[in-house]
Amino acid sequence: MEKKKLVLIGNGMAGIRTIEEILKLLPEEFEITVFGKEPYPNYNRIQLSKVLQGDTEIKDITLNEWDWYEENNIRLYPGETVTKIDKDIQTVYTDKGKETPYDYLIIATGSNPFMLPLPGADKEGVTAFRDIEDCEKMIHASKNYKRAAVIGGGLLGLEAARGLLNLGMEVDVIHIADYLMERQLDRSAGKLLQEELEAQGMNFLLEKQTAEILGKKRVTGLRFNDGGKIPADLVVMAVGIKPNVQLAKDTGLEINRGIVVNDHMETNVPNIYAVGECAEHNGMVYGLVAPLYEQGQALAKHICGMNHQGYKGSVLSTQLKVSGVNVFSTGLINETDQTKSIKVFDEWRNTYKKILVEDDKLAGAVLFGDTKEGTKLLSLIKKGANVEEYLESSQSQDDNESIVVSMGDEEVICGCNGVTKGTIVNAIKTQNLTSVEEVKGCTNASRSCGTCKSLVADLLTHTLGDEYEADEKETVCACTDLSRDEVIAEIKEKHLTHSREVMNVLGWKTEEGCSKCKPALNYYLGMVYPKEHEDERESRFVNERLHANIQKDGTYSVVPRMYGGVTNAEDLRTIADVAEKYDVGMIKLTGGQRIDLLGIKKEDLPSVWKDLGMPSGYAYGKTLRTVKTCVGAEFCRFGTQDSTGMGIKLEKKFEGLNTPHKVKMGVSACPRNCAEGGIKDVGVIGLDGVWEVYVGGNGGTDLRKADLLAKVKTEDEVLEYTAAFLQYYRENARYLERTSHFVERVGLELIQEVVFNDELRQELCKRMDDALSVYKEPWNEVLESETTLRDLYEKVHAK
Amino acid sequence: MEQTVKKVFVGKYSELPERLGKTVILEDKEIAVFKLANGDVRAIENRCPHRGGVLAEGMVSGEHVFCPLHDWKINVTDGLVQAPDEGCVQTFEIMKEDEQVYVLVPSEITQS
Repeated sequence: MEKKKLVLIGNGMAGIRTIEEILKLLPEEFEITVFGKEPYPNYNRIQLSKVLQGDTEIKDITLNEWDWYEENNIRLYPGETVTKIDKDIQTVYTDKGKETPYDYLIIATGSNPFMLPLPGADKEGVTAFRDIEDCEKMIHASKNYKRAAVIGGGLLGLEAARGLLNLGMEVDVIHIADYLMERQLDRSAGKLLQEELEAQGMNFLLEKQTAEILGKKRVTGLRFNDGGKIPADLVVMAVGIKPNVQLAKDTGLEINRGIVVNDHMETNVPNIYAVGECAEHNGMVYGLVAPLYEQGQALAKHICGMNHQGYKGSVLSTQLKVSGVNVFSTGLINETDQTKSIKVFDEWRNTYKKILVEDDKLAGAVLFGDTKEGTKLLSLIKKGANVEEYLESSQSQDDNESIVVSMGDEEVICGCNGVTKGTIVNAIKTQNLTSVEEVKGCTNASRSCGTCKSLVADLLTHTLGDEYEADEKETVCACTDLSRDEVIAEIKEKHLTHSREVMNVLGWKTEEGCSKCKPALNYYLGMVYPKEHEDERESRFVNERLHANIQKDGTYSVVPRMYGGVTNAEDLRTIADVAEKYDVGMIKLTGGQRIDLLGIKKEDLPSVWKDLGMPSGYAYGKTLRTVKTCVGAEFCRFGTQDSTGMGIKLEKKFEGLNTPHKVKMGVSACPRNCAEGGIKDVGVIGLDGVWEVYVGGNGGTDLRKADLLAKVKTEDEVLEYTAAFLQYYRENARYLERTSHFVERVGLELIQEVVFNDELRQELCKRMDDALSVYKEPWNEVLESETTLRDLYEKVHAK
Repeated sequence: MEQTVKKVFVGKYSELPERLGKTVILEDKEIAVFKLANGDVRAIENRCPHRGGVLAEGMVSGEHVFCPLHDWKINVTDGLVQAPDEGCVQTFEIMKEDEQVYVLVPSEITQS
């Protein structure tokens, strides 16, 4: 039997999901052809903002790889646009001259960004934010320009703004309403979101309507209809989307706002269907992923001839992460005369919850900050639950227990893909799944927006019990089955203050540990009890024990401290004299702008230090190594800030700090970034009137560009944010985990959430001060202790 | 074949640092002397068979020392390198006379 020809116009999320559903039902039935105007396979448009931020590649947000099309025998024509449909002979025509007949045609052309028809909207530097090409345009602009204006304070606009901030631009968001995301949030939540985003560096101009885009060839600014103006080198229009219906219209399909479809997603022309953002069902055009997927499912069943009640419309809910802040809303958002509301505003944790009740039934909800209850509220609202049912279920909720435990099997965990708890649990059990990734692969849960990942993880734990934890756990070393977190928890709970005590009490499998756990425990103990724990020299690697760098021949290198890489004639003379006196093998400038004296015998170390009379440069430790600086405003004609001064302050403050791994810093005085802060653990860039603090860069084994943590105004704030970041790293990283891996693992957003919280930041800074208070200059300490000199530096010469 | 043994003075027992090594320099070689956590004293050749690292500076755990250069694990009692690496180092006997600790070094092996 000849296969039926199925043609899909639009290679996006809704269309491809429909194809996936069809393949699930009848894998061999159709000969499938897909046309997509973008030159990419189906990607996750929701995560476009990640591409904009520059650290995610297209392949990371790709949902269906090229292979997938091939494996399923789908003919894909990327970068090819369908220009005409002949509904009579059932054939489509493309801009590349292709003719393809169909038995079934699915139109999933999505939507186009709505571009305000403003004077000047055609200028260079004006863009939408809709596809990968737009992202590339914006990334390119960020390299050459500084000021961006985003028109639209809805979700899309805010994501664009966040991306542009990350790209180092200054961002104004212009919004017509008096609070943000007014379609998804109420005023209270909108204002909370605004405060949060302002703290991250966004600037808002509310109740402003743009009248004109200024500039000659390229945009230079915006004028509002109240006469006000702002400068801008890049304008992003993110005011909304409109269904892309041109082709359907030309074909003579019935169009209202979108392509009008019935419950089976059929248009008014036989064998032509529409699905996704371009379709209008029962007067509604949906722009969120969950309804689009529900439509796709309904359409697939219909095309495959399954008996199905069809699509009945969706209860809208939004569960989003805007710039690291979780927000959720569903159903009714604003109070009416008929509603009563339950409101909880927790100023301490900065969370807000509002539940609207109409005729004793749950009618809507808005959550800000903590959205764990979102899935539960959505399913209660969907089934029209009584408010009492909700109140009872939240009372019985144990705070420590995940919300998934009390959920029914039919309740939806992944809103985007409509995956229920029952489906996930069943998959975990029958297919022996043990990780979130596997669950994602099998069930699609968490595959789209990713906000339900934590729920999926909870379900794994709940279903598999300890097994799951064991699978995921990374132990400190082979001497124990405990993870870093468990060991630290025990140290705190049982007040353990010595490594040997930790090993005894926690049942170490080896007598005295190994070269992995010994230094790790010593570090953790010092981190938890900075004042109480006595550093254990026998748990230190030789370099840190002897305060010099061992070389391959058993000699050592000495690097004197040279704050900020700044020195003077007298110090240089002293160093030269010492080098001659001890006949050093090589004098070398280090990567961190210091002088390294190599080939010094262990026995000579103390006298070298004494002759130098300088503090240890700590070139050997898991600690702050160096702060590399550029010349700065004092001399450089480009410098805008005193980078050397800032570098010296940083180095003086943090020298000798014990950290999980080495920490390198760089301070530059202009965006040329001569001190290479982009590949440092902490990189500071001084701009006119502002300092940017970058974190998590690495120029070593795993090259990684640092992320912008914060923009601050003063040197004191640079010290404060650096202290908070480093303390958070000290407290949460695994021993020997560099900041680059740490930032990657926990995510910049979480770190920002913590360090931007005034309360938490101050606590971190306080604990940092405690840690720094015990610092003693190590070379001098050695010189003052005869026992240490004898124990560590003297050798025995046989007689 | 005759073998003479040289008795080399290392130091007073109480002055040897616990869980650390001490380097003893002889004319043609170095010996690493360790005072273990249980109070025993051990001596091995101060040279890792891998790349010649100075074992006296290694981290000591139980009766093992970890070479400071590339973390080879060596038993200080029998001189055996632990898996997955292979090899061995020479071991020396320790002699204690009251407080004095000596290492016994076989010197030139002479033909009689």
